[in-house]
Amino acid sequence: MSARDSILGKIRATMGSPASNDDRRKAVLERLADTPTGIIPGRAKLPKAEQVELFCEMAEQFGATLARVSTYGEVAGEVSGYLRARNLPAAIRMGADERLKKAGWETEKNLELRYGLSDGGDLAGVSHATAGIAETGTVAMMSGQDNPTTINFLPEHHIVVIKAADIKGDMESVWAMVRKKQGKGEMPRALNLITGPSRSGDIEQTILLGAHGPRALHVIVVE
Amino acid sequence: MELTANKFKANASKALVDAQLQKALGNVEKGFIGKRQKAADALPEFDALRDNARDIKNHTLAHLDLYLEEYERKVTAAGGHVHWAETAEDARRIVLDICKKANARTVTKGKSMITEEIALNDHLSANGIEPVETDLGEYIIQLRGEHPSHIIAPAVHLNKEQVEGDFRRVHTHLAKDRDLTEPVSLLSEAREVLRQRYFAADVGITGANFLIAETGSSVIVTNEGNGDLTQTLGKVHVVVASIEKIVPTLEDTSQILRVLARSATGQDMSVYTTFSTGPKREEDPDGPDEYHVVLLDNGRSAMLGTEYQDMLRCIRCGACMNHCPVYHAVGGHAYGSVYPGPMGAVLTPSLNGIDETGQLPNASTFCGRCEAVCPMRIPLPKMMRHWREREFERNLTPAVARYGLKAWAFFAKRPKLYRFAASLGMPLLSLFGGTSRRFHALPFAGGWTRYRDLPAPEGRTFQQAWAQREALKQEAGH
Amino acid sequence: MTSSETKSARQPRVGLFATCLVDLFRPSVGFASVKLLQDAGCEVHVPVAQTCCGQPAYNTGDRADTREIAEQVIEAFEEFDFVVAPSGSCASMLKKHYPGLFEGDPAWEERSRTFSAKCHELISFLTDVMMVRDTGAQLKARITYHDSCSGLRELNISEQPRKLLGNVSGLEVQEMTDSHVCCGFGGTFCVKYSDISNAIVTKKVGNIDASGADMLLAGDLGCLMNMAGKLKRQGSDVEVRHVAEVLAGMTSQPPIAGSGK
Repeated sequence: MSARDSILGKIRATMGSPASNDDRRKAVLERLADTPTGIIPGRAKLPKAEQVELFCEMAEQFGATLARVSTYGEVAGEVSGYLRARNLPAAIRMGADERLKKAGWETEKNLELRYGLSDGGDLAGVSHATAGIAETGTVAMMSGQDNPTTINFLPEHHIVVIKAADIKGDMESVWAMVRKKQGKGEMPRALNLITGPSRSGDIEQTILLGAHGPRALHVIVVE
Repeated sequence: MELTANKFKANASKALVDAQLQKALGNVEKGFIGKRQKAADALPEFDALRDNARDIKNHTLAHLDLYLEEYERKVTAAGGHVHWAETAEDARRIVLDICKKANARTVTKGKSMITEEIALNDHLSANGIEPVETDLGEYIIQLRGEHPSHIIAPAVHLNKEQVEGDFRRVHTHLAKDRDLTEPVSLLSEAREVLRQRYFAADVGITGANFLIAETGSSVIVTNEGNGDLTQTLGKVHVVVASIEKIVPTLEDTSQILRVLARSATGQDMSVYTTFSTGPKREEDPDGPDEYHVVLLDNGRSAMLGTEYQDMLRCIRCGACMNHCPVYHAVGGHAYGSVYPGPMGAVLTPSLNGIDETGQLPNASTFCGRCEAVCPMRIPLPKMMRHWREREFERNLTPAVARYGLKAWAFFAKRPKLYRFAASLGMPLLSLFGGTSRRFHALPFAGGWTRYRDLPAPEGRTFQQAWAQREALKQEAGH
Repeated sequence: MTSSETKSARQPRVGLFATCLVDLFRPSVGFASVKLLQDAGCEVHVPVAQTCCGQPAYNTGDRADTREIAEQVIEAFEEFDFVVAPSGSCASMLKKHYPGLFEGDPAWEERSRTFSAKCHELISFLTDVMMVRDTGAQLKARITYHDSCSGLRELNISEQPRKLLGNVSGLEVQEMTDSHVCCGFGGTFCVKYSDISNAIVTKKVGNIDASGADMLLAGDLGCLMNMAGKLKRQGSDVEVRHVAEVLAGMTSQPPIAGSGK
């Protein structure tokens, strides 16, 4: 007998009569089809405008810095300003996301734009988030050419652009968006929920930022 | 690691006089308890979410075979491979085979207790493959040749001076005048060293906090980002996870995520919660070429349908040990097993047998704080008691305890004899207590009087005194 | 409620489960319990067929002996309206753990449930069932209160003793740090793992001393003897008493530890 059959057999042996298997199968298929929502915290159920405010508040609480701009055209200026203020080289890495192409880079003549995945040599990376989660100030990032996963983790500074309309109250709303994009039961190769910059408390429980991932997370909300 | 659970007492006594350790253990109480409380208090739905999280896992366990099949189907459809391992040995063999096929020389590892359970590092090393732990705490203890003393804070037993010593010993490139006195400089040093290792590694191995049946995703929850670099940069990503990590849907995962980080570190969310589904796709610029999941049983299926089934709800947040007075006193290594603290005291006997681990479920005051904070509402004291019952049934309870108990039970079951013996014994004991009303040392009570005085009894027993009072009342009444 | 109604209502009949530690070591807690119950309007009985609740056997894994003892307790006490114990730990054994011993036994399952529903810890019984707000006691002392684990976490006893103590005239309550953390007693734990128990109780008495209180109160004699023993060994003169002694105004007996000044 294969290990698979042996393990499943051992589990089944504890599940009572084989006759109950039909009922059990029905329960499983129903749950997978219906994906019932559980408890949504009250704080995630705010009106839309307040959700964006809460998102910003929570993101800052968990160590991200925040900027709010009114159009995509202002993003490049904000990025340049961020780099300048921190004495960082004027260079960024980013993917092929169409929304990032409209960021007004043409006005930032000195900014070096690198495209494609990060090889660890970039100090700053820019990604576009799929969604934001207000209840925890979290950004949701989907892998792919538009926003390579390596940009989320290798640069010291991760700049995330997010459309205010994509900020939802709860995590569950993100699943609805992902299902719409990918189909039910399907996921991108990687989906990263990111809440603040990388950190560690492994030495004497002292919380330090910038463990292995980015030392800083800068979120730009486009209204 | 070598199982020394039954040397718990000796291990603990050593730990209690280890000044370095005792200093470090102060950080457990300082670092975790207040933060968890604050996070829980800030979410009015926290306790309701705990109930729901418990119910989700109970439902999953009652349908585990079917969810595992669904999960396997989805992983395969996403281009991943599922390997089933009945024992730790099987899992080690499977992982080694994958590494060999990839011609791996080094593998990076995200923090995972399951690979500790199957002693993967030793096995890989013995076969010429170098495992590199990348979580800061795991990296430190790997340098020291130690095992985690805590399931989410593996190096919590160490102080920064010890870490500096290890880095200076192993990182021979370090300049003598490089300042490593503060945690922040130690972290920078580890970051630099490990950065190179991610790129050099052929295979990245992680555990999983959840396996989602709906989508075939594995989920890791981390703060450092090392797990993500491990699984993104290697050519091959191997997930090692035990069968009870399954949850049905993304929604179910969200429910449990809401209690996980809050219970563990007091964060609302950990920094990185990553859902991985299969290998790199056609349009992907990055990600691993191969994606493998090793599904490990190693005794779990045998816990189903028994009084230990509830333990399979555990999400490894560490809250039980963070709140355990025994853990606070002796630290994680004293338990002499992979999983320390209250959850370990229940799980370890299931994995390794009660004969070799009987000390662990006994080493609890049953104060119940572990159960009170468990996000999955696992009745840990109750299950420790069940292990004591298994021990007692099999005559594994130490003879002194057994005979002492039997002698006591003999009287407890015979009220008349009890009253008679007590009426003779207690006045005598009271008399011996002398004017100080206490005992500094007492034969047969060394366990008590070594560290504390025994308050002397008042003299007559309550029942004697009561009977006398009632008799006097009767007389007065007549 | 008018006074005539009070008189016409039958007094609740309470069986006092004194607990073996009170019986053997601290009868004054038994008498204090009787007084508090009688003052609250109960008719108090002390069945002679009582010994111990069975916890030592239960927590050692000896289910057979535990069950025999439980049957004996149920038989001795089921005739009463309420069963009250001056101990959170023993009361919880009776209330929360007994039914589990009889699961699947048709002769005893229902019977044990009915019994357990009637069982209460003394202080919470006074406040929650008998609606006592003030026991009328007086004591000039600065006390600190330790929450014993079983009472706190299995029976939710925390506010009740503090409410009653707050109404003892002359009494000042000084909370210690971590009053809800275990004292390290744990029944047989304190002798089986005496080194660890000592480390835990050392921390506890440090918190007691730091509170600045001159008297330590708690609702469980096991914990009290443990903390008292440690305080004595360290030469502290903090008085140690069961909370019932203070609430009943019965503090003439020398304390479990302390100078008794």
